[in-house]
Amino acid sequence: MIRFHRVSKTINETPIIKGIDLHIHEGELFVIIGPSGCGKTTAMKMINRLINPTSGTIEVNGEDISQKDPVQLRRGIGYVIQQIALFPHMTIAQNVALVPRLKKTPANDIQKRVDELLSMVGLDPESYKKRYPSELSGGQQQRVGVIRAMAAEPPIILMDEPFSALDPISREQLQDEFVRLQQTIKKTIVFVTHDMDEALKIADRICLMKEGRIVQIDTPINLLQNPADDFVVEFIGSDRLRKNLREFNISSRETKVTELSNEKLPRGGVT
Amino acid sequence: MSEFIEFILERHSDILTVIWEHLYISFIAVIAGFIVAIPIGILLTRMTSISTIVIGMVNIIQTIPTLALLGFMIPLIGIGTFPAIVALFLYSILPMLQNTYTGIRGVDPAMVEAAKGMGMTDFQILFKVEIPMSISLIMGGFRTATIYTISWATLASLIGGGGLGYLVFTGLTINNKSMLLAGAISAALLAVLADFFTRRIQKLATPKGLRN
Repeated sequence: MIRFHRVSKTINETPIIKGIDLHIHEGELFVIIGPSGCGKTTAMKMINRLINPTSGTIEVNGEDISQKDPVQLRRGIGYVIQQIALFPHMTIAQNVALVPRLKKTPANDIQKRVDELLSMVGLDPESYKKRYPSELSGGQQQRVGVIRAMAAEPPIILMDEPFSALDPISREQLQDEFVRLQQTIKKTIVFVTHDMDEALKIADRICLMKEGRIVQIDTPINLLQNPADDFVVEFIGSDRLRKNLREFNISSRETKVTELSNEKLPRGGVT
Repeated sequence: MSEFIEFILERHSDILTVIWEHLYISFIAVIAGFIVAIPIGILLTRMTSISTIVIGMVNIIQTIPTLALLGFMIPLIGIGTFPAIVALFLYSILPMLQNTYTGIRGVDPAMVEAAKGMGMTDFQILFKVEIPMSISLIMGGFRTATIYTISWATLASLIGGGGLGYLVFTGLTINNKSMLLAGAISAALLAVLADFFTRRIQKLATPKGLRN
């Protein structure tokens, strides 16, 4: 789906990304994590060409993106950022409808899509559509931020620390909803975070970066069981390593049970 | 007092004429200033390297005393209404230019990045995000410029530009207090009215989600 081939980025003679190779599969939730300054956000922003690599190529669906018009490319890739950045002068409906409107989708289809998406994250379309972002809580705003990125049904969504500005309770809630959402929509999601708990909770695969290089790419369980080197151990933290390994062992036995009980839970609570 | 009322009653058509002249020169100057200042202000946000120079230059015009600037106009384009309008136009540019520039520069970079990341063109980012988000400040500049211009227009009569300054300065010269007062009060009223209306315009131009 997304392939990095010897991608490097140098800004003002400082190397930010040092020749990374990466393959992100279709339908997976791919988390890029690492300490600040490791190049994780830069790597993500190269996928929708907000940043262009100094050397190397990036392919999306086998096509070299440097050959594509950046505007068209971006309209096919959802984008969610930490600052949420709902446009304050537009209603919730207008915010969600933005990309479909840019793509000149028929108005009727957009209306239907907006209602559907709002319901999906537990926001009643009738009472929320006409509101302005400032009238919503932070958690509600970022729910809108997430569905805005999904509105034009892009196969790929990029998320840059989308939940890190939220309070701990909303963050947990949104992570849970997000995992559930991803199980139904199965998009290819590239998710940047610096929060290891978040990564372990949501990721299909985790890519740990350090100083512009990839240290390890693995599933959460493998990362915990077979950390590639001391840096990985250190970054995960030995406490978390023990705790999560225990939980993973329990949860893998209990998956069936939780999946069943999840069915009965009401979807998307309003806060 | 009765003298003043008598003057008003007797000369009301003359007073209305100079009020009309006053409004006319002020508004042409401000509208022309608006048409020039807003695009330049926007352009400068795209060329930050020259923005300090341009804003500095406009600042210099602003520091020239009004009277001196009006005086400058005489050797350059003579006397009358047109030179007065030109001088007022030059004055009106700065508040609008500065507010446009700071307004658009002040838009949260995260908003611009989100807009770009969602696939808006530069043109769409400007008209759908940056301008709506800074329109309140831009129109605030328009308000300031309008009020200033209306007060400065009182000096236009000194270079034969007409307006309420005619009543004020003639009243002073011939020691006619009623005439002086009629001019001064009208000018003050116009400024107050301009403040009221431009405030309304500013409010109406501000998108609903951004009104407090």
